[in-house]
Amino acid sequence: MTFSPELEARFERFLAKYPADRKRSALIPMLIYGQDEVGSITDEFVEEIAKRVGVTPLEVREVSGFYSMLHHKPMGKYHVQVCTNISCLLTGGEELYERACHKLGLGHKQVSPDGRISLEEVECMGACSWAPAVQINYDFYHDVTPEQLDKLLDGLKAGKDPEQITEVPKVNC
Amino acid sequence: MYNSPSPLEVQVLTRRFRLPNSHSIETYLQNDGYKAVEKALGMSQEDIINEVKASGLRGRGGAGFPTGMKWGFVPRTSPKPKYIMVNGDESEPGTCKDRLLMQYDPHQLIEGIIIAGQAVGAEQGYIYIRGEFRYLIEHMDRAIAEAYQRGFLGANIFGSGKTFHLATHSGAGAYECGEESALLESFEGKRGNPRIRPPFPAVAGAYQCPTILNNVETYCAVPSIILNGAAHFAGLGSPKNGGTRLFCLSGHVNKPGVYELPMGFNLMRMINEVGGGVRGGKKLKAVIPGGSSCPVLKADECDLAMDFDSVAAAKSMLGSGGVVVMDEDTCMVKAALRIMRFYAHESCGWCIPCREGTTWLRKLLQRFHDGMGTKSDIVLIGDLSKNMLGRTFCPLGDAAAMPTIAFVEKFRDEFEAHLDGKPCPYEKSSKLVAA
Ligand SMILES: Cc1cc2nc3c(=O)[nH]c(=O)nc-3n(C[C@H](O)[C@H](O)[C@H](O)COP(=O)(O)O)c2cc1C
Ligand code: FES
Repeated sequence: MTFSPELEARFERFLAKYPADRKRSALIPMLIYGQDEVGSITDEFVEEIAKRVGVTPLEVREVSGFYSMLHHKPMGKYHVQVCTNISCLLTGGEELYERACHKLGLGHKQVSPDGRISLEEVECMGACSWAPAVQINYDFYHDVTPEQLDKLLDGLKAGKDPEQITEVPKVNC
Repeated sequence: MYNSPSPLEVQVLTRRFRLPNSHSIETYLQNDGYKAVEKALGMSQEDIINEVKASGLRGRGGAGFPTGMKWGFVPRTSPKPKYIMVNGDESEPGTCKDRLLMQYDPHQLIEGIIIAGQAVGAEQGYIYIRGEFRYLIEHMDRAIAEAYQRGFLGANIFGSGKTFHLATHSGAGAYECGEESALLESFEGKRGNPRIRPPFPAVAGAYQCPTILNNVETYCAVPSIILNGAAHFAGLGSPKNGGTRLFCLSGHVNKPGVYELPMGFNLMRMINEVGGGVRGGKKLKAVIPGGSSCPVLKADECDLAMDFDSVAAAKSMLGSGGVVVMDEDTCMVKAALRIMRFYAHESCGWCIPCREGTTWLRKLLQRFHDGMGTKSDIVLIGDLSKNMLGRTFCPLGDAAAMPTIAFVEKFRDEFEAHLDGKPCPYEKSSKLVAA
């Protein structure tokens, strides 16, 4: 299995972070950064990472199954995550999630047929004072109103990338 | 900027946040940056630990354990390598402060970590950051690289002949990995299941070596303590609760946000004067004072000093600083249910009382909220929760049980109002929003 030179360089940096006999510490960082390029935790990817950190593929699967951000089937190119935990619940997060379900015609962890958009109801993402919060891939959107959510989702559906939806900028504050 | 400041804030950890380019090493150096570590390099390990002890600094991750005492537990003469581990998992619902500390003043955190390393003779630190905070991992990596360039990290830090290395480490989505022993397992590339204790991380932490493990905010307080002295820091707070704390106001307040206030600040004033009062002129019903694991307080219990001991005396916890405000229109059954859905989802499954208990409670609360509960269910919810207390492998079980007990005991009338097929009195007539 081959990776891009950037990812290879990253893997090398990861493996160098830990003591020489503790390569396994790089496992989870390699899985999550690798997933961004590979698309999901595939069998081939599991075998490759297992080799590199010196564990069995089964041990990798045992770990990958534990973490909610590691997906064993590809999510959409744009993975829309809506928080409905307590602070977001109090400020309209549940309504946002339902609205997104309707607008996208998707449920929890479902992917649009063209593979562009997926939806997930998520737990607290550490944006509680700026609730309700939404994440698209790794970018945060704070104090999201239903209108802003519509703009984001309509934009994504119309083929735009989030950066092109300038009315609703990300706020990685 | 994340929110406008309040005139009532006492800015110690956040004092550089509003400077231009606050995150850059230049700004940090121009504003007392890296002076504390130079001072610490001239102090004995004992002196650093004693200074932190005297400051009254208590862990900001949730439990409020005295930080200096924790550092003192590390067997400094052990031949094993020692590690500094930073808990940047920030996943307790209601909490959103560590991300600001990393974003706006990453070098303050780095400096605090280096000082902790000096205190116990560690040469390596890791910052475990939740996977969702990808932008912050990259941000911290850049700050760490700056510190390496200046010779503040690496071999021979500050020309002292000492070595200290630091790196970030990404999580991948799991609340349980904020729990210290599960964090260590996850750090070692395993499932985030907790470890049996003792031994505690101070003795057998990362790779079974002596390890200091603290929350991001805890380390961020250290430079100021070393630079300005323990007495100054202690004097900012209340007895046995030194310093300030970043409180995260969320929910039904007019001005939600993260505010740095002295320990012991009155909760009612926090809501009304800092947070601008309850939204829409509504009445206050309840407050969760320190993240979702902490028992809820009724409005009439909120005339309370926000420090670890006072909130504990009120039978709740100061926790992680997440203050969740709920107005009179909030359904307490729904709040309890949503919180339990979280714990049931996040229970790591390692021990049965937690795995089964949280799932059972979630189902009971769901049934209740749907109007299909019975009177005996109210008792059952309370009994089940009480039977989880202290019987789980790690405190996640307690974190799920304690708030549930409080919701049922303090708002029993609301639970009863859901009985006999009655619809939730707070639910809007049509829940569905048209697309
Ligand atoms: C289920 C659970 C989740 C936790 N999550 C976090 C967290 O996200 N961040 C954190 O700093 N501490 C968290 N803690 C507390 C840690 O176990 C630990 O006490 C803390 O990081 C120690 O640092 P401190 O003494 O500086 O607070 C959690 C504890 C439990 C039981
Ligand atoms: S509750 Fe939604 S971000 Fe914390």
